[in-house]
Amino acid sequence: MPLVRHRTASRLAAGLALSPALLVLVVVYLGCTAWTVWISLTSSRMLPNSTFVGLRQYASLMGNERWQVSVANLAVFGSLFLIASLALGFLLAVAIDQRVRAENTLRSIFLYPYSMSFIVTGLVWQWLLNPSFGIEKMVRDLGFPSFHFDWIVRQDMVIYTLVFAAVWHAAGLVMAIMLAGLRGIDEDIWKAARIDGLPPWRVYLSIVIPMLGASFATAAVLLATSVVRLYDLSVAMTNGGPGVASEVPAKFVMDHLFERGNLGLATAAATSMLITVAAVVAPWLVWQNRRARRAQV
Amino acid sequence: MGKLCDVSIRGVEISFGAVRVLEKLDLDVAQSEFIVLLGPSGCGKSTLLNAVAGLIDVQAGQIWIGGKNVTWEEPKDRGIAMVFQSYALYPRMTVRGNMSFGLKVAGMPKPEIERRVNAAAATLQITELLDRRPAELSGGQRQRVAIGRALVRDAGVYLFDEPLSNLDAQLRAELRVEIKRLHQRLAATMIYVTHDQIEALTLADRIAVMKDRVIQQLGTPNEVYRRPANRFVASFVGSPAMNFLPGAFAVKEGAPCFLTEGIAIPLSGYAFEAPPQDGAPVELGIRPEHVEAGGEVPAKIEMVEPMGSDQLAWLRVGGHPLSMRLPAEACTVAGEAMQLRLPADKLNLFDAATGRRL
Amino acid sequence: MSAIAVTQPAGMRPRRLTPARIGVYAFLIVTALFFLTPLYVMLVTSLKPMEEIRLGAILALPRAPSLEPWVKAWSAACTGLRCDGISVGFANSVKILVPSVVASIAVGSLTGYALSFWRVRGAGLLFGALMIVAFVPYQIFIYPLVRVFAFAGINNSILGIVLIHTIFGLPTMTLLFRNYFASLPQELFKAARVDGAGFFRIFWSVMLPMATPMLIVAVILQVTGIWNDFILGLIFAGRENLPMTVQLNNIVNSTQGERAYNVDMAATLLTALVPLAVYFASGRWFVRGIAAGAVKG
Repeated sequence: MPLVRHRTASRLAAGLALSPALLVLVVVYLGCTAWTVWISLTSSRMLPNSTFVGLRQYASLMGNERWQVSVANLAVFGSLFLIASLALGFLLAVAIDQRVRAENTLRSIFLYPYSMSFIVTGLVWQWLLNPSFGIEKMVRDLGFPSFHFDWIVRQDMVIYTLVFAAVWHAAGLVMAIMLAGLRGIDEDIWKAARIDGLPPWRVYLSIVIPMLGASFATAAVLLATSVVRLYDLSVAMTNGGPGVASEVPAKFVMDHLFERGNLGLATAAATSMLITVAAVVAPWLVWQNRRARRAQV
Repeated sequence: MGKLCDVSIRGVEISFGAVRVLEKLDLDVAQSEFIVLLGPSGCGKSTLLNAVAGLIDVQAGQIWIGGKNVTWEEPKDRGIAMVFQSYALYPRMTVRGNMSFGLKVAGMPKPEIERRVNAAAATLQITELLDRRPAELSGGQRQRVAIGRALVRDAGVYLFDEPLSNLDAQLRAELRVEIKRLHQRLAATMIYVTHDQIEALTLADRIAVMKDRVIQQLGTPNEVYRRPANRFVASFVGSPAMNFLPGAFAVKEGAPCFLTEGIAIPLSGYAFEAPPQDGAPVELGIRPEHVEAGGEVPAKIEMVEPMGSDQLAWLRVGGHPLSMRLPAEACTVAGEAMQLRLPADKLNLFDAATGRRL
Repeated sequence: MSAIAVTQPAGMRPRRLTPARIGVYAFLIVTALFFLTPLYVMLVTSLKPMEEIRLGAILALPRAPSLEPWVKAWSAACTGLRCDGISVGFANSVKILVPSVVASIAVGSLTGYALSFWRVRGAGLLFGALMIVAFVPYQIFIYPLVRVFAFAGINNSILGIVLIHTIFGLPTMTLLFRNYFASLPQELFKAARVDGAGFFRIFWSVMLPMATPMLIVAVILQVTGIWNDFILGLIFAGRENLPMTVQLNNIVNSTQGERAYNVDMAATLLTALVPLAVYFASGRWFVRGIAAGAVKG
């Protein structure tokens, strides 16, 4: 009997159902990425051309002051935002996990910013941080006339205001992930720790945090991808200003694609972003995969 | 009533990726036969059942049902019905919906569906549950519904994949009887997978004991219990488990016997299949209920487990533990010494290296 | 994923009101106030006339509350030369939202179903690839997509932006449904096959009714995600169909002359209203949603 697989209608239907996904993957994801990478290797400006120039676009990108500012901003923003969101989110989760009253209300308060868009977030914080009407003015009127909180209009400080707004937006997400992790910890661990006479802070530090490794990784990866995608917040809150002080790579790409008409440079910047993401996500995916496989065995 | 079908599995091989799950397996199931595939988890018994159902593709070999090669047929075209361990009831449908779904898909006229569902429900005494959802049923009721869903298909072959494993002991016993009654009534061919040797012994016409991707022994419950083909079958079937004593085979003054730690147990009367050589290392197996008091084997009682209808005494023979079934009223005290008899016709002798019956 | 469903608090059992507990409550209350401030300020600002705003007491309740800024924001706020208010953006967002949510969930659930139950050759590879591209920043694909859409004549149209949301929603939606279907007992699928149901029949009659929880989660995720989108709407929707977020940013950040902060805040609140409503109406479902979307793999 020859081992010819009997192709049934159902198997055909399954293949058919997967064809949109396959099409999207090949045409949009792979095709468009390849196209973008190709353009970044040409001398394209307003219109794409096929004059191959090797890595020259990347060289001029590295020398571009605005790009340098964008990358530096992303590094500062990314590290501060990650640390602050993870720390605040974790502390909130721990605090809420102490059998507090009004747990549901508190959770809703910490998470609601995450439901709103970066545009809304940016506009609110722009208003709050406005030196003439916002927090600075309010504190001065309270009797501290020398109070200064004008970071949003200062080139050297503006990036921290973005961190502020973004932490407000995302800390609740970290809290939700961490809280789920905490609730997943076996109650017996706490009983054992109490019998051993460990103080709570010690239990959190030495036992709970290591057990929440997966929650931390998930939250960190999620936040990290939103860092690389950071665009709306900068547009809404400062529009990259003052000057170019709060520019970010995603905005650099968009501006050079659609306003400045420099395709080669924009695509080189986009490709650089892709490489950064791959460097962050690939190790995590490998780790997740290995963990999943270990769990199967 | 569905037509009667035999099932023939011919040289079937199955692999998942690089992992071989079934090794070139042959099995013939006669019309109206109740065959149980018995084995520990991972032995390939469920895989074999899924292959018969057409839910898993085979890499080699053929499956015939009712004289027709169905190796590459869809499950619905094989004339089979199946009952699953987790019941696999569709949670968003009522009991009636669950039972009639397959018939509806097949385009059967409504009155006929109605008739079959009502008949099956009456047989299984679930008529009053027909309009409930699976979530509103107890475990036993769910499994009845799952059996009902198989019943309405009016199939020639019924496949059971550990149908009672999720139930508690009492319900299991109850439904076991029900399934046996159903088999007698329908006279359909049934293939039943389980890891519970009691289910196998009570239900089966024949048992196929499986381990490590192959059938270790195929025989009636009696054969499997009395003359296990190897040490694995001997240890897997029977509860309390068979005792094993390591030792050597010897011929003393022309009579075969088993030697362990200076104790000689005569083997004259044992039906050898392949008599070993003098001095060969062997293992002696004997079931607790076959150990008798009042012989020449010295033993010491270490502990007694009362089991209600009788009691199990744990003894030591030489350095080896041995259990023995005693009547409930027997007065036994731990620490007491006693003499045992191991009747040769109840013994099992296995090759120490291969585990094969000697 | 279902482990995210929040159960009993697992932390240390409280021992009456100790200083540590007072500290926990103090931390939670202060943080909650910090989280609520922007929403409060948005609300009071949107109800104040401009004269009051110029006084600068940003936290003060309005002395003469007025809904006029809301009316103006809805129907008369200006972007450039047009003064139709944000209602135009609202209508556009609804027009984009409804078909996008339906299409992305339909494609995603079908793909997830096909990937979890049907052994199609290369399905694992397809799923792995979709998981990876879920992390890639949009900037990589945008230029080629604009060109392809222009070539197909569907750029700057509702159809175009719906297609874009379906494409970019595909990885997350597929992931969501695949993971859910993979958690269902395989025996259920086998039972349906023995019953003779084919590919679409099993999907429609057995699997989809069981996936109601995931459908809710997916709707929440997609409604908030698509409503909050800025960059895709900006580029693919076209001038006539700009979604609410884009219009909001245009109103607030490109006003000539003195800025009407009260109108700006009313418009901002109006834009945030839909996701906020979804958030507060869905309660714990929202947490499940972001957690499900967050745990990629």
